Amino acid sequence: MRRIITMTVNNRPGVLNRITGLFTKRHYNIESITVGHTEIEGVSRMTFVVNVDDERTAEQIIKQLNKQIDVLKVNDITDQAIVARELALIKVAAPPAVRQEIYTLIEPFRASIVDVSKDSLVIQVTGEPEKVEALIELLRPYGIKEVARTGTTAFTRGAQKATTNQKTVFII
Amino acid sequence: MTKMKVEEQEKARTKARMSGSLMLIEALKEEKVEVIFGYPGGAVLPLYDELYKAGVFHVLTRHEQGAIHAAEGYARISGKPGVVIATSGPGATNIVTGLTDAMMDSLPLVVFTGQVATSVIGSDAFQEADVVGITMPITKHNYQVRDISELPRIIKEAFHIATTGRPGPVLIDIPKDITTAEGEFDYDQEVHLPGYQPTTQPNHWQIRRLVEAVSQSKRPVILAGAGVLHANASNELRQYAEQQNIPVIHTLLGLGGFPADHPLFLGMAGMHGTYTANMALCECDLLINIGARFDDRVTGNLKYFAPKATVAHIDIDPAEIGKNVPTKIPIVSDAKAALQELIAQQGKPADTAAWLKQLDEWKRRFPLHYEPEAGTIKPQKLIEMIYEMTNGEAIVTTDVGQHQMWAAQYYKFNRPHRWVTSGGLGTMGFGLPAAIGAQLADRSATVVSIVGDGGFQMTLQELSVIQELGLPIKIVIVNNQALGMVRQWQELFYDKRYSHSLIPNQPDFVKLAEAYGMLGLRAKTEAEAAEVLKQAFAMDGPVLLDFHVRADENVYPMVAPGKGLHEMVGVKACEESSR
Repeated sequence: MRRIITMTVNNRPGVLNRITGLFTKRHYNIESITVGHTEIEGVSRMTFVVNVDDERTAEQIIKQLNKQIDVLKVNDITDQAIVARELALIKVAAPPAVRQEIYTLIEPFRASIVDVSKDSLVIQVTGEPEKVEALIELLRPYGIKEVARTGTTAFTRGAQKATTNQKTVFII
Repeated sequence: MTKMKVEEQEKARTKARMSGSLMLIEALKEEKVEVIFGYPGGAVLPLYDELYKAGVFHVLTRHEQGAIHAAEGYARISGKPGVVIATSGPGATNIVTGLTDAMMDSLPLVVFTGQVATSVIGSDAFQEADVVGITMPITKHNYQVRDISELPRIIKEAFHIATTGRPGPVLIDIPKDITTAEGEFDYDQEVHLPGYQPTTQPNHWQIRRLVEAVSQSKRPVILAGAGVLHANASNELRQYAEQQNIPVIHTLLGLGGFPADHPLFLGMAGMHGTYTANMALCECDLLINIGARFDDRVTGNLKYFAPKATVAHIDIDPAEIGKNVPTKIPIVSDAKAALQELIAQQGKPADTAAWLKQLDEWKRRFPLHYEPEAGTIKPQKLIEMIYEMTNGEAIVTTDVGQHQMWAAQYYKFNRPHRWVTSGGLGTMGFGLPAAIGAQLADRSATVVSIVGDGGFQMTLQELSVIQELGLPIKIVIVNNQALGMVRQWQELFYDKRYSHSLIPNQPDFVKLAEAYGMLGLRAKTEAEAAEVLKQAFAMDGPVLLDFHVRADENVYPMVAPGKGLHEMVGVKACEESSR
């Protein structure tokens, strides 16, 4: 099962190493990590997407992360109302003949062209990983030259519904 | 007036400007550190210069591994953090085993390693190693000091982290230029660690649930681990067990937490545990784990572990609860606090009369057992002789393997903090240096280091330290000219293909003792053994005893790897012999 875990950590040397080392040591598989500053100086935020076999493993991950001195707060937000976003840059082969077609295609995704060259375009898209995935699939027939994805970053929405057992699906 | 003056002076001292090396010495004084175990080298020369001037008690072991195991032994007996200094590079890498050992067995250590100067870090400088990187997964926390201004705070945090919550080793890597840089020494500061707030008091509701579960249970059992010892909760454990009529089982590391001669004691559980302890775990309807982590050597195959039991688990480390065994009643707490709360509840005791009768019957019919044989030395008999010779009062340290299991089975620990062994990591070469630390922690105690002929040779250079300090440690080599436990497994599971486990050409250990300036004695029969033991324990100084035991003796009973506790072997013979 796929879990989205967010945490705040002290922005100290080696802290990322501590966390990834813990995942290696305990055989947890990381699908993606994002790290960045928060509104508080000296505090960074990490978002992990991990694949685990069962609830117990998910619980263990949280507990083991919590034991790290530099970890301030850990949350498994998978089952909450969340905003989860990923950014992807997609370089696609685009001879002049198909450019218009590509423009039309990316429009519903609110993706944008961030670089143009003689025979290719770089498209930037943000959204839930599924949306990014869908766009990549649509562009594939044109010939994808390169893809760079950031991995998911996420946090909980301001208001949580009373019952949030089911993950709320947001289109964009 | 005078008091004010003293306070002012104190304040002036704690705010003074000084070098990093001196800060370290001052911090150790503030922490009331009595002894440092260490080994000098290039990167820690400024530090050793200050040690020299300050006249701090420092034990120069002959290998850094010896230093860290000695610090572990010291911590285990004294309850205080063991302090270690090693130099950069090889000095630091030599303590890796000890750090892992302390991490697995939750021993508080504060370890200082030298590092090359900050200007050359990352350049593969002479004796440079990425010690923080190497030790990250084997320490509770570690630091590299990047600026002199951080040093006092880091040392203070290190002692706090090592000794609170679930204890463990903390390492501080100090570049050489930091040890000579000057800064303000302010040690009078609060530790501020928002990411580290261990829970030490039990949740009241969970305690009530446990009280309720006990009152309804018919076959409860307590499995007590080293958490009881770390919390100094032996008295509370005994009080609680007696109040509620609940029998007690120990893990290997927990031995001594509950008196071995107490009628409610069932012995050690696990791979080489007693029949009664293991069967009690199979049959119990309520299992109360206090400060143990359900190690695989205790549980056997988890599929068959405590199948009929509701599990309650008291542990200071929330990550241990539910890690291996699904737990109905989780109590995150210091063992002492939880036990005090449980005692205060004065819950209705479990009706255990029938259960205790059953357990007594098992204890009577299936005790630990070996076949005596006078012409040789049976290792089990040897341990019994040592037990009698020391009135069960000695501090016993061991390595890992057969001798360790025999010591755990046949030395009956009635008091807490007398047993120093490498449990989680199972480190050969642990026992001898650990005995040094143990003896320094309790000078008046009789210390017996029971080691195998294999493990002894991994750290035997520390004989020098024992001789130098005149520590009256009795070193007992259970010499079977083999790596006994490896040999046993090869006999049982590899069709007697003794691949590199037999060592017939061991050195003359008696002469070795003499070379190190201590008395060496040898025995090959039970009668000789009695004689040399008498001689050794009558002496005030260190003695090395080389006992040539039956080489083909195996440790029983045994739960084979991958089997459930109910599948233990080596029990039947006991039943027959008791008839």
